[in-house]
Amino acid sequence: MTAALKVLRGGLCTSIQDRGRPGYQAVGVPVSGALDWMSLAIANRLVGNADGEGALEILIAGPEFEVDADSVRIALAGTEASIEMLGEGATTRPAHRSVTLRRGQSFRIGRLGDTACAYLAVEGGFDLPRCLGSLSTHVRGGFGGFEGRALRPGDRLKLAREAAGERDEAEIAPPPSPDPSAPVRVVLGPQDDHFTEKAIEIFLSGDYVVSAKSDRMGLRLDGPALKHRGGADIVSDGIAPGSVQVPGNGLPIVLLADRGTTGGYPKIATVISADIPMLGRRRAGQALRFAAVDVASAESVRRAQDQALRSLLAAARPIPAVASLSVRALYDQNLISGMVDAGRD
Amino acid sequence: MTGPSSNPPGATPARYLPSGDTALVVEFGDRIDRAINDRVVALDDAVHEAAIDGVVETVPTYCSLMIHYDPLRIGAAELIARIDAFGSRPAKARAGGRAWRVPVCYRGRHAPDLAEVAARTGLSPDEVVALHSGTAYHVYMIGFLPGFAYMGDVPERLSLPRRDNPRTTVPAGSVGIALAMTGIYPLESPGGWHLLGKTPIRLSDLAWPQPALFSAGDTVEFVPIDEPKFDRLRRDQDAGQRWAPVGEDAR
Repeated sequence: MTAALKVLRGGLCTSIQDRGRPGYQAVGVPVSGALDWMSLAIANRLVGNADGEGALEILIAGPEFEVDADSVRIALAGTEASIEMLGEGATTRPAHRSVTLRRGQSFRIGRLGDTACAYLAVEGGFDLPRCLGSLSTHVRGGFGGFEGRALRPGDRLKLAREAAGERDEAEIAPPPSPDPSAPVRVVLGPQDDHFTEKAIEIFLSGDYVVSAKSDRMGLRLDGPALKHRGGADIVSDGIAPGSVQVPGNGLPIVLLADRGTTGGYPKIATVISADIPMLGRRRAGQALRFAAVDVASAESVRRAQDQALRSLLAAARPIPAVASLSVRALYDQNLISGMVDAGRD
Repeated sequence: MTGPSSNPPGATPARYLPSGDTALVVEFGDRIDRAINDRVVALDDAVHEAAIDGVVETVPTYCSLMIHYDPLRIGAAELIARIDAFGSRPAKARAGGRAWRVPVCYRGRHAPDLAEVAARTGLSPDEVVALHSGTAYHVYMIGFLPGFAYMGDVPERLSLPRRDNPRTTVPAGSVGIALAMTGIYPLESPGGWHLLGKTPIRLSDLAWPQPALFSAGDTVEFVPIDEPKFDRLRRDQDAGQRWAPVGEDAR
């Protein structure tokens, strides 16, 4: 029997995502990919994978798994939630730190309190067929990932490795949580001229709230409606990641990973690429404001962010086996680890 | 097409509209028009030919080309300068899109809206079919679904707005019209176009290296077929045959 993770519970919407499938938008295939690709990179780095390897994207409420492999190294990133071991001597393992589990162990990721999405990577990745070069799941389109859908109980996710590699566990200091009151930065356009001046002013000063109708396709916002100048229809054109489209009801929708390739609503602005991972983390009910920057600033913010991410990833530290006896590790295991493989952890 | 891709003499100058820091829109107009779309397709060809480092992919639409790029490899200012430079030299003559003849059964269960379209346009069903299949359509763009081609222009006598009540399910292969557009639903999906017929051929498959049959700039003609031929072609398609453009042998 090949190594696998058995799905005991699917969670709200858990799907395989990598950096998406660019290159096919001209024939109408959406890009998809991780909402928060920075956390995806951290989870992957912790288990020794390439930063863009396919991992499990967990939305809002976590799934539950059983290890059906000799052993598997996993890591959770992007959340303060923990990996909760189930069964005898239930313990928790913190995020941003790899851990190796044995056959028969089961675990779950609890409710994500601090973010809408988090990433669980497995060492070596999942053994799944690629669709147009990518493992990303487009749930609405029903393609990619595991059978083109979110996980369900009974699924067996085949692992590329039979067992965890012989090496130290790793940890990465989680990046500082972004200030939730900081505005989301946008470049105005491409169709800001389809809105009244007043509408642009309202867009940049208004308080919006993330609607519960948001999904991987887009963040729907409640708040002040924006008036179009001469109708809400345009001749369909391309859509960029972070495009803020405004349909007839005047309420903006920020288009995210599963966005369509083209659309017929005017786009008042586009969220800068550096702020998109943070946007993917926003939960329903959270407040949101926008601020305009120019393209050149957007580019320099992105370069700085990329540099910071590289430094963070490069600072991944091995945790020597002996450290598992440290107070910190015992604390992380709630001091009562009955099942823990103390030699490895 | 020859002539500078961006700014042919007398044409509206191209507008460069940033869409954040990962995409640039090059816009040639704001209406559905062959001359405008030809400039989009020509610029698309020129961008591909130039193989600009940092350009990830392009999406040609009716009036504009969206150029997706990696901001860590190229900035908007440099990209605009590169594109602008095309304007001062003639674009390479376009090799021309491929031409397709697409079999369509305009009968019975395959044509749920034919009678209604006939009634609303004051034509007989046969006249509707003759008009729809008697035109060579230009593929303006692909969008909405993998492989969904927006084609035009539909003869004015057939022009109808979208259905008041869009269907929640339109079968794959359905051929529809809306305003000056005609298209084929590549997959089962919701849809609001008037369905005149159905083709047995597959238009997209994510297992294909190029997952859609048509590209922007192609030409499509519909060829009426009867039900037995529809069923025969459908069997061939199910057996893995892939439809070929005119002038290329079917594989």
